[in-house]
Amino acid sequence: MDRSSTHRRPDAAGLLIALILFVITGLIWWDMTTLQISSVYGPGPKAMPIVVASGLLLLAIANAIIAFRGGLPERESLDWKPILLILGGLAALVALIAHGGGFILGTTILFAATAAAFGRRAFLTDLVIGFVLAILIFVVFAKLLALSLPMGPIENLF
Amino acid sequence: MDAFIALANGLTVALQPINLLFALIGVLLGTAVGVLPGIGPALTVALLLPITFRLDPGGSLIMFAGIYYGGMYGGSTTSILINTPGESASMVTALEGNKMAKAGRGGPALATSAIGSFVAGTIATIGLAFLAPYLVDIAIQFGPEDYFALMCVAFVTVSATFGDSPVRGLTSLFIGLVLGLVGIDLLTGQARLTFGVPELLDGVEVTTLAVGLFAIGEALYVSSRRHLHEEKLEPVRGSLWMTKADWKRSWKPWLRGAAFGFPIGALPAGGAEIPTFLSYSTEKKLTKHPEEFGHGAIEGVAGPESANNAAAAGTLVPLLTLGLPTSATAAMLLAGFQQYGLNPGPLLFAERPELVWGLIASLFIANAMLLVLNLPLVGLWVRLLAIPQPWLYAGILVFATMGTIAANPSPVEIVMLSVFGVLGFLMRRFDYPIAPVVVGLILGPIAESQLRRALSISLGDPMVLLESPISATLLTIALIALILPFVLKGMGRFKAVED
Repeated sequence: MDRSSTHRRPDAAGLLIALILFVITGLIWWDMTTLQISSVYGPGPKAMPIVVASGLLLLAIANAIIAFRGGLPERESLDWKPILLILGGLAALVALIAHGGGFILGTTILFAATAAAFGRRAFLTDLVIGFVLAILIFVVFAKLLALSLPMGPIENLF
Repeated sequence: MDAFIALANGLTVALQPINLLFALIGVLLGTAVGVLPGIGPALTVALLLPITFRLDPGGSLIMFAGIYYGGMYGGSTTSILINTPGESASMVTALEGNKMAKAGRGGPALATSAIGSFVAGTIATIGLAFLAPYLVDIAIQFGPEDYFALMCVAFVTVSATFGDSPVRGLTSLFIGLVLGLVGIDLLTGQARLTFGVPELLDGVEVTTLAVGLFAIGEALYVSSRRHLHEEKLEPVRGSLWMTKADWKRSWKPWLRGAAFGFPIGALPAGGAEIPTFLSYSTEKKLTKHPEEFGHGAIEGVAGPESANNAAAAGTLVPLLTLGLPTSATAAMLLAGFQQYGLNPGPLLFAERPELVWGLIASLFIANAMLLVLNLPLVGLWVRLLAIPQPWLYAGILVFATMGTIAANPSPVEIVMLSVFGVLGFLMRRFDYPIAPVVVGLILGPIAESQLRRALSISLGDPMVLLESPISATLLTIALIALILPFVLKGMGRFKAVED
């Protein structure tokens, strides 16, 4: 921090980060109080959460001070659309796996969504590419290397 | 010399045809994945970890060593040709290397970094082989309180001492420590921070965290900034080979780079960045061509790249002898050991010498293979850079989720992966270092169990931490390393006021 930073405006995002750190500190503390059993000698299971929560509390305060002085690094403008596309692809994968849609379908959607996030416009083509890639991966890793991948209607054909 | 005999035994393990094959697969995979932009060695190892899950430990650790070294070689190719260093340690290489590539001297830049990596990597691996037995002798006398103190040193140096901002570094470390708390407490069997989710009882997987932070986080970050600037691949024009003058200007920086890299990497301080910066500024001072620095000086590639590789080999010293990972990549290697129930440290040298020494010997072999693979075949690796960015990142995400779900088949694991991805994105955006999170997750639980062991032996008397001379010294070092950056910063502020 140089001298000029004290004249900068408070950083809203930085204050939000500090707030999240405060919340996590509170969560650890609350969780620690629910522990029942302790050790006979020496520190029990509560010791480490107490240490971590205390440290995090100090760091939350330090982060808040830095944010209040506007001491965070400069940030460039941000495009939200690709982020939502990628997270949407991941959400689709989770939903499909959780409801028995299988690995191949989920991976196909994730592939196409990520490619779209990086500027591809040919969504249908990418779906086909993703589908072929997913089948290849499934055959190599689930069949040849015997890794267990989530099953679904397409996986059962193999 | 014990080290000679042990190393010779290791070589007989490493030279078995099946292990040579594993080493070859490792270096090929490592280089191929490492060359992809945005993928550093840590992510390379993390992505490939689940694939090796079903193999036998000896062979797959040798494959890992190949992946580790291969990822380093591949990473420097990317830094030089498209100026997107996959990790902070190749940033300096990108500085001069990319300028050389732009000036049509990409070939010699790649050559000097490959040969320099080979020279420095070999020197550092020899250093590792001879230093390790001594450290093992010392480490065997360590009590639990000494181990705890050692981990405190690693925590502080990795997060606070060498970063831009000690507060941000420590914040990263504590996020890692929080994640390390999740799961069942081994001594009393009680669940901590699981919030009733059964999948959390086993704790947070290191690979899920690393892949989330590095792969998903990087994809989110790069995609959100795509509108700002486009990456440009510099074609390799002209001769690939170094001229006589290039050799003359390179060999000293290689050796000096190794001399900076290995000792600093071997200290439990972590970070290959410091030696690369030291090497760069030294070469800048010693060069006969100061006017070329900033416009593509070959010394500025040869030195830092050697320092980087030597430091990477150096981090294996605390990793193998003490079980102490001091970089994100070393943390991933430790996770690789742990997936077979192996714990690096003095005991592993005693119980499974063929494994440890086979691994060390295979580092020499991997290094030699990489030199052969990289010099003539660099054109082939460069083609990987021509994969269009949308497909490249789509492919990375597919492999990242596949690896995670193969290791732990549950949708909750992908949710965690995504959460860590968002965390990685935010940390990149707000400039929090990422390696301390991984180190905190791995070392936090170990530090806790060592402390509790020490205090239950001493019947709860905390003075045991100060009564052991080793522990007292290490804790003092940790304290100094913690306070020093704040003091220096305070002095810097005084200076600024005086100006």
